[in-house]
Amino acid sequence: MKSHNYGTAILSAFEYLLENYPEVFVIGQGLWSPWYVGNSMTDLDKKFGVGRIIDTPVSESACTGAAVGAALAGMKPIVVHPRMDFMIYAMDAVVNQAAKWSHMLGGQAHPGVTIRSIINRGGEQGAQHSQALHAWFAHVPGLRVVMPSTVADARDLLIASVLCPDPVMYIDDRWLYEQEDDLPPVIELNLAQQKPCVSRNGTDITIVGTSHASLLAREAANNLVSENISAEVIDVRVLNPFFVDDIVESVKKTRNLLVVDSGTLSGGFSGEIIAKVMEKLPVDCLKNPPMRLALPDAPAPTSRILEKEYYIYPDDVVFAVKKVLQYKK
Amino acid sequence: MKKQLEDLSDPTKFQDSIIIDGMDASLLKQMLKSMILIRKTEQRLALGRKNRLIGGPVHLGAGQEAIAVGISQSLQRTDRVFGAHRSHSHLLALNPDFYKLFAEVLGKSTGFSKGMGGSMHLYDQPNGFYGSVPIVAGTVSLAVGAAMAAKLQGTDDVGVAYIGDGAVEEGVVHESFNLAKIQEAPMLFVIENNLFASHMHISLRQPNDMISRFAVANEIPHKLVDGNDVVAVFNAAREQIADMRTGKGPRLLELVTYRWYGHVDWRDDVDVGVERSLDDIENWKARDPIARLSASMLSAGMWSEAEELAFNKGLDMDIAEAWEQAMQDPYPKGSATLDYVYSPILL
Repeated sequence: MKSHNYGTAILSAFEYLLENYPEVFVIGQGLWSPWYVGNSMTDLDKKFGVGRIIDTPVSESACTGAAVGAALAGMKPIVVHPRMDFMIYAMDAVVNQAAKWSHMLGGQAHPGVTIRSIINRGGEQGAQHSQALHAWFAHVPGLRVVMPSTVADARDLLIASVLCPDPVMYIDDRWLYEQEDDLPPVIELNLAQQKPCVSRNGTDITIVGTSHASLLAREAANNLVSENISAEVIDVRVLNPFFVDDIVESVKKTRNLLVVDSGTLSGGFSGEIIAKVMEKLPVDCLKNPPMRLALPDAPAPTSRILEKEYYIYPDDVVFAVKKVLQYKK
Repeated sequence: MKKQLEDLSDPTKFQDSIIIDGMDASLLKQMLKSMILIRKTEQRLALGRKNRLIGGPVHLGAGQEAIAVGISQSLQRTDRVFGAHRSHSHLLALNPDFYKLFAEVLGKSTGFSKGMGGSMHLYDQPNGFYGSVPIVAGTVSLAVGAAMAAKLQGTDDVGVAYIGDGAVEEGVVHESFNLAKIQEAPMLFVIENNLFASHMHISLRQPNDMISRFAVANEIPHKLVDGNDVVAVFNAAREQIADMRTGKGPRLLELVTYRWYGHVDWRDDVDVGVERSLDDIENWKARDPIARLSASMLSAGMWSEAEELAFNKGLDMDIAEAWEQAMQDPYPKGSATLDYVYSPILL
């Protein structure tokens, strides 16, 4: 039995921040209700008071804007959107305001707000309860985009996001919550120095994943061992600004590349990863064409039969690896 | 449209001098000078735009000076004021540094926003001006958050958002009213009701010309006064801000006014304005907040024509000099586009 799972790791980040930084407060829908955000915020309102843990009217736009304004006034707010689909109402506060104030005011204003949005899909919830829109946000200069896939990152990148003076979109996926791990004491990280990391070493192919797709990649890599395929897995962790150099080094070694992403394919982040890698690779480096594995270009379906077809599973990643390697059964 | 504003929106009314009984003479002088400074600064900007020396759009608020000037007398430097696209007056009423405004509008590195913002993105937080942006209603929720922060920080500071009658047609404004009230945030919603959103008269946009009805809907105490009477604005704002500083929650202040120029730049815009006429403009110019205060002070012996002449002359020279200096100032260096995207201390 490990000391933490992904959800309690997030909870411990909240506790660390609220205990150590009086300027931290949390605002969003569902914060006074125990079931709304899994086990990731349990009893924060009781421990730190409803003045700092603010459950709100059904107003994604105003609440996100208010957090941006509070950040401009010296606070370190965390806005929580239990499903990122609903956060689309807050796009002006995120894209026009938070991401641009530093730049358009000559580097003098820094809205250091953290926007925690949750990917919460499956279970026949349908098209408006299932989206993974990280690629949209990674397209916005000025907005840091963070997607932790491990228990340790769930805690440490949330702390780093809140302590960062820039606006941060921190995205967690409920499909990651069951992972368990033991966590060392907190070390405060500088978010600007956080880069993709190699979560498994290998020699035959590099599999790059974002968020839940990284977990799929790790599981697929384990399954590939029995077939004598050695896969190196890289977890992107921070999508914007995106540092590609370590991925390039890995691909120079393995000379094969598969990218797995939990968003839809076209215009998605998987394409950005491949584009940035290809720009930096020697022309004759790759043994095979690179490949993307992402969701189909369709909204999430509702019925479980269609959901099963729509989402990606470890076997799909295994299959894609073999396809890249032109592996014939 | 229901004309609930009645005489307040009729430009043939309220053209006479204003009531200044019991007002401190030095405060009145200060407000008069502040309004004249803002008017002349904007006239210089209008000329600069007309002459194509200014490259980007300028949204001028000539005619509306009494609002920011009347309110700002009751503000302190630690308050949190947020503007919009037409915010020169909001900033200059807190900090009369027209040189930095000229430099900013000309895109020079010596400007309020280091030349990165221009007329529509202004910043002077050390004097309480947190920022202005041109997305309509874009700062309203931010101001509510800054007001909520003031409460969390245990200060008596207040948040202020300048909102036009067009901006209240945006959904986020109503979310912001509700949020500010449910949080009892020390937040002043200032409604500059100039009867127009861009080219469109309010009668073509809303079923009622009185914006205060939304304060009633949200249980926010409000006042409605003539926005071209600086003393009326001052008195209303002073009482509301005092209430907010003592924990009584948000307030809404609706001020009826009119802008002399069109929506953007130096023209009258009678041609592109829907229900905007030269007659109306002339009548509203007769409800001039500067002339009305000046007349009252002259007849009360608090101000003289000689004083006004001398003040105007000195100001004209200072404005001319500041404009020339701003014209000579450098543009931001080429790396600025990338330098300001993220916070520098991390790189």
